[in-house]
Amino acid sequence: MSTAVIEVENLTKRYGDVEALRGVSFSVSEGEVFGLLGPNGAGKTSTVEILEGLRTPDNGRVSVCGLDPQHSGAEFKYAIGAALQSTALPDKMRVREALDLFGSFYPRRRGTTELLKRFGLEEKRNAFYSQLSGGQKQRLALAMALVNDPRVVFLDEPTAGLDPQVRREIYAIIEELKKEKKTILLTTHYIEEAERLCDRVAIIDHGNVIALGTPRELKERSGAVTRITVRVARPETNGALNTLEGVAECRTEADDYLLYSTRVPRTIVALVKHLEEQNNELVSLEISAPSLEDIFLELTGRRLRD
Amino acid sequence: MSHTWALTLSRMRLAMRNRAFLFFSLIMPIGFLFIYAGILGRQNGAAIPFLLADVLALTVMGSFWGLSVQLVTFREQGILRRFRVAPISASAMLASSIISNYVLTIPTIIIEFYLSRKVFHMSGMGNLVGVFVLLTLGIVTFATLGLVISSVTNSMQETQIINQIIWFAFLFLSGATVPFPSLPGAVQRVAYFLPATYLVSGLQQSMSAVDPVGISELGLNLASMIGCTIIAFLVSAQLFRWEPEAKPPRRAKLWAAAAIIPFLLLGIWENKHEHVLARAISDYQSIERTSPPETPVR
Repeated sequence: MSTAVIEVENLTKRYGDVEALRGVSFSVSEGEVFGLLGPNGAGKTSTVEILEGLRTPDNGRVSVCGLDPQHSGAEFKYAIGAALQSTALPDKMRVREALDLFGSFYPRRRGTTELLKRFGLEEKRNAFYSQLSGGQKQRLALAMALVNDPRVVFLDEPTAGLDPQVRREIYAIIEELKKEKKTILLTTHYIEEAERLCDRVAIIDHGNVIALGTPRELKERSGAVTRITVRVARPETNGALNTLEGVAECRTEADDYLLYSTRVPRTIVALVKHLEEQNNELVSLEISAPSLEDIFLELTGRRLRD
Repeated sequence: MSHTWALTLSRMRLAMRNRAFLFFSLIMPIGFLFIYAGILGRQNGAAIPFLLADVLALTVMGSFWGLSVQLVTFREQGILRRFRVAPISASAMLASSIISNYVLTIPTIIIEFYLSRKVFHMSGMGNLVGVFVLLTLGIVTFATLGLVISSVTNSMQETQIINQIIWFAFLFLSGATVPFPSLPGAVQRVAYFLPATYLVSGLQQSMSAVDPVGISELGLNLASMIGCTIIAFLVSAQLFRWEPEAKPPRRAKLWAAAAIIPFLLLGIWENKHEHVLARAISDYQSIERTSPPETPVR
């Protein structure tokens, strides 16, 4: 991996009696899309806003592009772009004006026309901010985050509250940024978003990072079991399938056998061997991988959207 | 500096699209002019410059209201925090408030002058340079006071209550509505501590067609405005809050109060010498002399 663009070490933050962050650490490499996944109130926004320089940490160290967000001034601001979670523009500001104005603050900037085109806002260029739909406002927020062609982009819940179709539009935009090798830190409480967009994910709960890795690593590393749904020509005895390698549990559901496996490849090999020995025949087989949702449930005992 | 200018232009555009802004900074002041000159000035044409001075003062004083509300709205709606992520300083944000307000107030003032001449046949204009300097410093000073108010208030409601109180004090104690000599002595003593009193008296004295004061005679007056503006600006920048939920520090109100120190000093001096009162009395008398009651009403 190349050098770290974002470094977070042992970050703590307290609001009155609430301990929002209790020692969060992670680092993000150049060109990586890193996700902070967790339920509301887990500490995602606090972390991102400390990285954006909007909040001061109580303890710990953060650096973005080698700069301290609190004390680096304009140089830091030139390097980052951000779509904040709760952000607004004046009602009577036009879309084009917002991009022109914010663009004018930076020595290096992207053209308004280019951004309008790219984010599908050409038709809305002269619309007031108050006339935009939720999805359009979010696309404008993303366009504004890129107005200075930043090295690092922070996206705090970029799809929260949007309907599924608009959400997919936003995914496509983020995927395109990924191709441009932007370093992106995004927060979400949508599992599929993290799975689809992120190179690596940190799962945050109650101000702690409780798991960190690629979505695949997280699945493999956790004890989460994969469900293999098997249908065979002749009935099997439960006991036999239960003893196959890697099978933690076996259940029957109608004509199907549900094998919960911790080591899928070995279980499948063993299953096929077993069926051959028994002169039985495999009719169908389906593997359902554990989702991040399963992992979160397993790590915390709670569902994500509780 | 270019950031401040870009922000200023943007805020001017926003203000022009804001109906409340147009009402309070254009329609209402011109309404005042018609009430003052049209009703009060009918009996006495010589009073027009004097009445215009009051209307100009009211136009200028209103700055504090608009600016405090604007900034609190920006903060409450989370607009400021978006600017905070960009390379924008609190000073640039504050300066853009002041400059845009200044540029947008000037046309109202020009219209007021124009109407006074064309519709109400104002003849003399007194010391125009002095009037311009007073207006310029006045707009900036009262705008900055608005910024200080927004730096200590926590909500729109609180801001509006404070604005109401200040506005009523400015309105009734400054001499802009009730002639200063008609105020009870004790009220006059309090009014000597209000910035609005000096704006009104300074404008009245400068507009006087008979005996306009020179700019040098307004020295203390102008110095107080400059001092107040500088302190108010520094305090506002120091206490500036970008976040909707940020609370002002405990001593914020004390800091904010420091902005009126120049006027406290001037007030103490004025309580001793009573120049404002003496001059107001002689001005009112001169108007009555120039236009005795038996002169036919135009």
